[in-house]
Amino acid sequence: MINITPLIPELFLLVMAIVVLMLDLFSSRRTVVVPAYVSMAAVIITGFLVFKFGGDAVRWGSNAIFVADSFSQFFKVIILGAAFLAIGSSFGTADRMTHHRGEFFALLLFSTVGMMFLVSAKELILLYVGLELTTIPLFVLVAYQKTNRASSEAGLKYLIIGAASSAILLYGLSLLYGYTGTTYLNEIAQKTAVYFLSHGFIPNAEGTTDLVGMGPAFSVALMMIIAGLTFKLAIVPFHMWAPDVYEGAPTPITAFLSVGSKAAGLAAIIRIFDGMLYAFSHDTMPNDSWGTMMAVLAAVTMVAGNIIAIRQTNIKRMLAYSSIAQAGYILIGVIAASKLGVASCGFYMFAYMFANMGAFAIVGLYAEKTGKKNISDFAGLSKTSPIIAALMTMFMLSLAGIPPLAGFMAKYYIFAAAIEAGYTWLVILALLMSVVSLYYYANVVRIMYMVDSDNKHHIIPSFPAGLVLALTGIGVLLFGILPQSILDMAYKTASSFIF
Amino acid sequence: MDNMILTIITFLPVLGVLAILLIPKEQVVSIRHTTLFFTLVTFVASLCLIFRFDPVATGMQFEVNIPWIEQFGIGYHLGIDSISLLLILLTTFLTAIATLSTFKAVEHSHRGFYISILLLETGMLGVFAALDLFMFYVFWEIMLVPMYFLIGIWGGTRRIYAAIKFVLFTMIGSLLMLVAILVIYFQYHGLNGEFTTDLIKLTGMPLARDMQMWLFAAFGLAFIIKVPMWPFHTWLPDAHVEAPTAGSVILAGVLLKMGVYGFLRFCLPMFPIATFEFIPIISILAVIGIIYGALVAMVQKDIKSLVAFSSVSHMGFIMLGMMTLNLQGMQGSILQMINHGISTGALFLLVGMIYERRHTRMISEYGGLASQMPVYSTFFMIVLLSSIGVPGTNGFVGEFLILLGAWKFNAVYAILAATGVVFAACYMLWMYQRVFYGKVTNPANQTLTDMSLREKIVLVPLIILIFWIGVYPKPLLNLLEPSVKAVMAQVEVGRAEYNAYHGIVESVASEIELSDAENVKPEGTE
Repeated sequence: MINITPLIPELFLLVMAIVVLMLDLFSSRRTVVVPAYVSMAAVIITGFLVFKFGGDAVRWGSNAIFVADSFSQFFKVIILGAAFLAIGSSFGTADRMTHHRGEFFALLLFSTVGMMFLVSAKELILLYVGLELTTIPLFVLVAYQKTNRASSEAGLKYLIIGAASSAILLYGLSLLYGYTGTTYLNEIAQKTAVYFLSHGFIPNAEGTTDLVGMGPAFSVALMMIIAGLTFKLAIVPFHMWAPDVYEGAPTPITAFLSVGSKAAGLAAIIRIFDGMLYAFSHDTMPNDSWGTMMAVLAAVTMVAGNIIAIRQTNIKRMLAYSSIAQAGYILIGVIAASKLGVASCGFYMFAYMFANMGAFAIVGLYAEKTGKKNISDFAGLSKTSPIIAALMTMFMLSLAGIPPLAGFMAKYYIFAAAIEAGYTWLVILALLMSVVSLYYYANVVRIMYMVDSDNKHHIIPSFPAGLVLALTGIGVLLFGILPQSILDMAYKTASSFIF
Repeated sequence: MDNMILTIITFLPVLGVLAILLIPKEQVVSIRHTTLFFTLVTFVASLCLIFRFDPVATGMQFEVNIPWIEQFGIGYHLGIDSISLLLILLTTFLTAIATLSTFKAVEHSHRGFYISILLLETGMLGVFAALDLFMFYVFWEIMLVPMYFLIGIWGGTRRIYAAIKFVLFTMIGSLLMLVAILVIYFQYHGLNGEFTTDLIKLTGMPLARDMQMWLFAAFGLAFIIKVPMWPFHTWLPDAHVEAPTAGSVILAGVLLKMGVYGFLRFCLPMFPIATFEFIPIISILAVIGIIYGALVAMVQKDIKSLVAFSSVSHMGFIMLGMMTLNLQGMQGSILQMINHGISTGALFLLVGMIYERRHTRMISEYGGLASQMPVYSTFFMIVLLSSIGVPGTNGFVGEFLILLGAWKFNAVYAILAATGVVFAACYMLWMYQRVFYGKVTNPANQTLTDMSLREKIVLVPLIILIFWIGVYPKPLLNLLEPSVKAVMAQVEVGRAEYNAYHGIVESVASEIELSDAENVKPEGTE
């Protein structure tokens, strides 16, 4: 008999997603309030369940296939947080939809369930299924405003590129399976480590080692997995879809995409590279390891994301490129491949959730009220809506990593991990790029505060949107000044790995 | 009480911010008065420090050290010695004065302006009180945001360019400092098995010479930009000219001192070997800055940018004094920081007053003001003489001590630096001549009114300080002596290693008793 108690939170959310779907069927459909609030409540309850049923694993034989360890709990909190904030900020968006209002929230919940599976999966097929459950509802959600050309285009782009990247990932996973004869992450870790120690340790002329023992197919498998997963994180050069999709999708979905799906993809990357392929980290194999490959990707991502963001005039595209750049910083934590590295990734994602969800919530509110999406349209916001402008300033500065906000603490943590692991050059580059990023983040602040306009729009958020802004604002400030509790939690997540 | 007082002083302005937020933004007068009230209370609270400060004790006083982020060994660690005490007093004093000076100057968004001033004050006080590298960095960066707003919203025509330039320069400087902080953090862990960013623990850590050089350079870049030393000074004229008067006063009076303070508190004690290595470079840059700043000031058409370039020159003096590593030079350097804060602050206030009346700062627009505004002219002359360093004013004491120290250290530098004093007399007096003497040629100047009572109240305390320090600097010098000697002893630790590396045989006995230094010299520095 398989023990399925660790699955209870996921199952609960799945049931609730179906309930939300049914609600739409039987309710009068005049308002989105009922399904939206039910979804929010479901997310909160799932959050509690995650902690109640944590610690155990679902096993198949002696191998864990689904673990509810502290690592997955932490990431599930981020994912559920992102879902909660996304639902909270989509009341306005959903209200203006003419069709399929209820499905909107149900799809969001389905995608959340997929993400939760993804972060808990300890088996390749489950991992892949989780990934698909995450992305397929998102294809629909991105294209939700189907009368809007940008939205439809975004949906189609996301569908095609998402499917292609899934295929590449699947191919990589199948090669890995071909090599090791198993799909359990634990067994793959053991087999590769053993194989590596007995065969692969052949010093070449430069005194370093390469993958002679494992053969080229193993490298191909690694590259394909990296490519497939970094698509989800929008790492350069696999980022092409992100700006168009972010721009075209309904704003709350963009926010959810940029935080939730990024968190889930990140968790999968950490599971595979820091967990399963730890034997191939930079400590033992300096030249041909995935560490170097990913370090280059991280560097390119930070540089490209930040520099292209400077030129953007549309705020959603600017935030899209900024989130590409942010993924580059996070990748540094993965490369560090240490307890500190894993913990810093978690904390970074946590801090990033507040700032990014908050920023997108304001963008969404503003677009709802005025229909405008350019950065220059924010001129004069500090006069008409001083609190919104102040919050936006906080989110921008947190993303730029200015103390005492959460984003700074997160960057500090990531950089500490990287310096410990010896990637000082990457840290210097990252800091240089964060100065570049300050330019375009401060530009938003400049336009809100220093450019006059005859803009008379008072932004008065509805209750749920106000709640979202309050939560994100408090989060950005609180976890910048008193990060201790979350840092401890994040550090505990690293105990799920064998560093 | 003693361990709470620094916290109270540092965060009183934040309390002020909360108070201002409760006042509706239309009630401008009560916003002004609340800000003034909180800056004055902060000033009075910082005066209490003097009375409880033990002038003979070495080491930090009023210390508070509680864990803040335990996982990183980051502590909420505040404490001051007499160097930081004086700078804290300067900060609270100038902020109160600057607030009083803004009552007419700010024309819109009053609430935001005073919130920025108060947040800036907290940032500055935190920098001077922090004894933890992480905390120092946090406060150092926090200041950027209010300063960005002050320049960018209430500044002159090119304010946005100046604001972003200021922020980017400072950020580029401080990014390597963050890397250095992390490197030290792991180095200390490697040696002692403990994670900490506590300055007191990190000072005296035996670091290899090369490592010290890198770390000194990383910290030094941040500080050198902030000072600013030639050739990193280009942000300063823009920021000064575009900032509103209060912003310029605080920028010149306090923010520039942070760079020098950073050297004194972090670079010199933590990296003594590297200090000796970097003395030649920094002192040459300082001398270049003295002469360059003075020459460029001479050709300025705008009074405010003249004062800004004179700051570059004066900061060169301060850095030169610090790099002499002898008692006179360093005491003079710290005293000159206070003097520069007072006299340049006063100059910016005076320029601001005339700008409020005429909305121009061009020298050519003026002429013959002495007959129109006799009181203003007198005040201006006193401040100007103090800035030049005429005997009897504060500037003389500081510059004399620095030159004395520099003479002992390197006579050529002292001679070159002394020309800076001559140049200062040239550009200042020439400017004074053009603005105040002669006949009133510009009809717009014929209706100018002399200083109001509020403006006099703003300046009188500064004038008193100018003469007081000029005539009787002894209490300040006595106060500084133990702390300066402590820094000197910390640097002296590196001398043996430096000499050994360069094969120098010590012939001149240094001023400090070496026995003390050798006792603290850690083993295994090789």
